[in-house]
Amino acid sequence: MTPSVGAARAPVIHDFQAVIVGAGGAGLWAALELARAGVRTAVLTKLYPTRSHTGAAQGGVCAALGNQEEDHWEWHMFDTIKGGDYLVDQDAAEILAQEAIERVIELERMGLPFNRTADGRIDQRRFGGHTRAFGEGPVRRACYAADRTGHMILQTLYQQCVKHDVTFFDEYHVVDLLVERRGAGGSVAGGAVAYRIADGALHVFRAAATLLATGGNGRMFRVTSNALTLTGDGMALAYRRGVPLQDMEFYQFHPTGIVGLGILLSEAARGEGGYLTNDAGERFMTRYAPRLMELAPRDMVSRAIYQEVRAGRGIDGGDYVYLDVRHLGRDVIEAKLPDITDFARVYQGVEPITQPVPVQPTAHYAMGGVPTTTTTEVVLDKRGTILPGLYAAGEVACVSVHGANRLGTNSLVDLLVFGRRAGRAMAEHCRTAEAPDLAADAHEPVRADLEALRSRSTGENPSHIRRDLASAMMEHCGVFRTDEGLRGLVPVVRELRERYRRARVQDQGTVFNTDLLEARELGYLLDCAEATVAAALARTESRGAHYREDFPERNDDRWLKHSLAYAAEGGPRLKTKPVTITRFEPKPRVY
Amino acid sequence: MQVQLRILRYDPERDTKPQWATYRVEAGPMDRVLDLLHTIKAETDGSLTFRRSCAHGVCGSDAMLINGRNRLACKVRVDQLGTKISVAPLPGLPVVKDLVVDMEDFFAKYRSVKPYLVNDSPEPERERLQSAEQRARYDDTTKCILCAACTSSCPSFWAAKPYVGPAAIVNAHRFIFDSRDEAAAERLEILADEDGVWRCRTIFNCVDACPRGINITQAILEVSSAVARRA
Repeated sequence: MTPSVGAARAPVIHDFQAVIVGAGGAGLWAALELARAGVRTAVLTKLYPTRSHTGAAQGGVCAALGNQEEDHWEWHMFDTIKGGDYLVDQDAAEILAQEAIERVIELERMGLPFNRTADGRIDQRRFGGHTRAFGEGPVRRACYAADRTGHMILQTLYQQCVKHDVTFFDEYHVVDLLVERRGAGGSVAGGAVAYRIADGALHVFRAAATLLATGGNGRMFRVTSNALTLTGDGMALAYRRGVPLQDMEFYQFHPTGIVGLGILLSEAARGEGGYLTNDAGERFMTRYAPRLMELAPRDMVSRAIYQEVRAGRGIDGGDYVYLDVRHLGRDVIEAKLPDITDFARVYQGVEPITQPVPVQPTAHYAMGGVPTTTTTEVVLDKRGTILPGLYAAGEVACVSVHGANRLGTNSLVDLLVFGRRAGRAMAEHCRTAEAPDLAADAHEPVRADLEALRSRSTGENPSHIRRDLASAMMEHCGVFRTDEGLRGLVPVVRELRERYRRARVQDQGTVFNTDLLEARELGYLLDCAEATVAAALARTESRGAHYREDFPERNDDRWLKHSLAYAAEGGPRLKTKPVTITRFEPKPRVY
Repeated sequence: MQVQLRILRYDPERDTKPQWATYRVEAGPMDRVLDLLHTIKAETDGSLTFRRSCAHGVCGSDAMLINGRNRLACKVRVDQLGTKISVAPLPGLPVVKDLVVDMEDFFAKYRSVKPYLVNDSPEPERERLQSAEQRARYDDTTKCILCAACTSSCPSFWAAKPYVGPAAIVNAHRFIFDSRDEAAAERLEILADEDGVWRCRTIFNCVDACPRGINITQAILEVSSAVARRA
C-alpha cells in the first residue's frame, strides 16, 4: 500500500484574516498593503515568489510622467481604450492611467532601479499603441529598467515584503477555494485549500478575504511566452465555484516570439526603433498601420505577420518574419536590450547586432478572466452582484482595463494599480468581516479528486492530453478563427476532458509529486479552453485580438458587450454584460 | 542525434541513497537540458522530479549540476555539452527528491542581509533623483535571479555551511552601492561576521556558475573592501 495523497491525515488548519493566492506583482503589492494595515495575511505560492512570471516582463511600465516629452494620463486612458478596441470599461481605464503615475513613483521610492534621464529622473521610451494627443504619434511613456523591468518590479516588491515581514507559504499549490453557501442569499468566500508540495499534506487556510492573483493561462497554447506554470489555476478554481469567466475569447498573441519556442522578444526592441521585415526586406507594416508602423497594437502586428506569411512573404517562404535592430547599433542594443539579445543568441544562435532575428507571434496574455469591480471584488453577473470575500487582481482578473486587446506595458500597470487596490479593499473588508464558519470536511472534495487522479492504476499519460490540447487550441483558436474551426474544436475539447477523466499519473508518492500537480493543472487548462472556445464561437464579429475570418468587421450594434461564461453540464452557459463607456465613444480603430 | 543522459536520482520514499539512472533521448543540437528532462518525464518516467517555470533563464527555478558545472537547465544546449550529459542536484544543499534541493536556508541567508532599500528621509514629491553613473554603480548585481547556482558552487560554502554565500552578498551589494540607500553600515556590520564576506577565497566558481553573467567575485571584493574601510 502506498500512502495516500493528503493522506487520511486531517488537513492542517490555518486561521488568517486574509489569504493571497499567487506571489507575482499583484499578489505582492496586495500583501504589502495588508502588512501596512496590520492584517494577518498568508501569501500562498506554488513556486518561490521570485519565480513568478511578473519577472519575465521586459520592456517597461507606462505612466504619463512626462519626463521626456509632454504627456497626460487622459492620453494614456484613451490609448488603452482604443487599443482595447472599445471593449474596455472606461471607469477602470481612467483609474489605471491616473494611478499608474503614483504607483511608478512609489516603486522608485521602494528602490526600483529605473533607467534614468540625463537629469536623473525616470527615463521613458516608446511602446506600441501609446501615443500623444489622442493618436497623433508615438509618445515616450514606458518607464523601464533595461529590458528586465518585470524582474525589477518582482524583486522590488518581494524585497519590500521581506522588509515588512510578510508571511509566505512557498511551494504551496492551491487546489480549491472555500466557498460557503449562505441560504438562498448566495455564497461567501472563506479561504483556500493548498497542497504542500514538499510532503503532499493538505492545508486549509481560513480567511475573511481571499485574493486570486495567480496570473494567466498561456499554456493552453502550443507556442507561448508563458511560463510552464501558467495554467489558469485561479480562473478555473473560480469557474468551478460558480464564478463566470469574462471575455475569455480575447487572448493576445505577441508579435515577436522566438520561432518555435515562443520566448518573448520585447516590444521595446521596436520601441527603440527596431523594424519588422518580410522576405523581400520590406517594412510591411506600412501597409497595415502607416502612422504607427511597428508600434501599432499587438493584435494588428500579429495579424500583419500572418498575412505576410499567407501571402508567401515569410522569410524563405516560412512562417516567420525578421525583427531587425542592427541599425540601432551595438551600444543601444547592449545597454537597453541586453536580455533579449542574450535570448536570441542562446535560443536561436542569432547575433542581433549583425543579424536580423526570426520571429513569429506567440500566445502571451489573457485579456479575459475573473470579472471584478474596480476595487477588485469578484463579480458574479451583469448586475454586479459580488461574491463577498473573494477578490482578483492582475492577469487572472478582468476589470476590464484591456478590453479586446491589451497595450504593451499595461499588464504591469494593471498589477500595480489593482494589486494595491486589492490589498486596500481586503484590509477594509477585514476590519469588520470574520472568516465564515466552514464545514469540517470542506477540503474533502478536492482531497477525493486528487486521490482519484493519483491512485488510478491504468489510464492515459496526462502530458499527451496537454500536448493535444495545446496543439488544437493553437490551430483553431489562435490569431485567425472561423466558425468551422471553432465548431470543430468544441467536441475536441470535450473529448480531451473525457480522456482527462481517465488519465493516470505515474508518480504515486507524496514528496514533491510534480507529476500529480501537472495533471491537476491540465484540468485547469481544460476549463479555460472550454470557456475560451465557447465565447470565441459565439462572438460573430472581429474585435481586438479576436479575429473571425468569417466576420471580419467589428459589430458594435450587436457585440459592444462583454461575454460571461458559466460552468455547466454539457458545456459553458454564455451571458453578456454591458461595457462601461464614460468619455470616449467607440470609433473606427485606425493607426 | 541520440543523447545519453545520466541523472542522479533519489526518492526519499523508496531509496536509501541517490543513484545514477541512464536514459537515451532523441535530441537536436539546439535542445536544452530542460527539454530532455521534459521528454523523459512525459514519455518514460513521470516521477522524474525537477523545478522549472519560465524556461528561458529569468525565473531561477532550474539550476542544477550539469556536466560538472552549475547551470540553468533551460539555458544550456545539447550542442554545448555533447552527447553524454550528466545531471545532478545542486551540490551542497540537502536533496529533497531527484533534482530538487531544499532552498530554505538559501533564502534565509538572502533575507539576513536586509535585501531591501532603506531610506527614512522625507520623500520628495516625485521620484528620487539618481544619475546614470550612480545607477550604473550597482547595475550588475540587480540582475540576480536567486537561482543558487553561485552559492552552491562555492567550496567555501561547502566547507562551512553557515557562510552567508555569494548570492546573499550580491544582494547586499545591490543596496550598499545604491546612492538612495541609507543602511549600508548595517549590512556591512552583518557581513563583517565570521560567516560573512571573509569566507570568500576568490575561487571564481560563482562567476563561472552565474547564468546572468554577474561578476560576483568583483562584487564580493567591493563589499569586503567596504567592510574593511568601515572600521
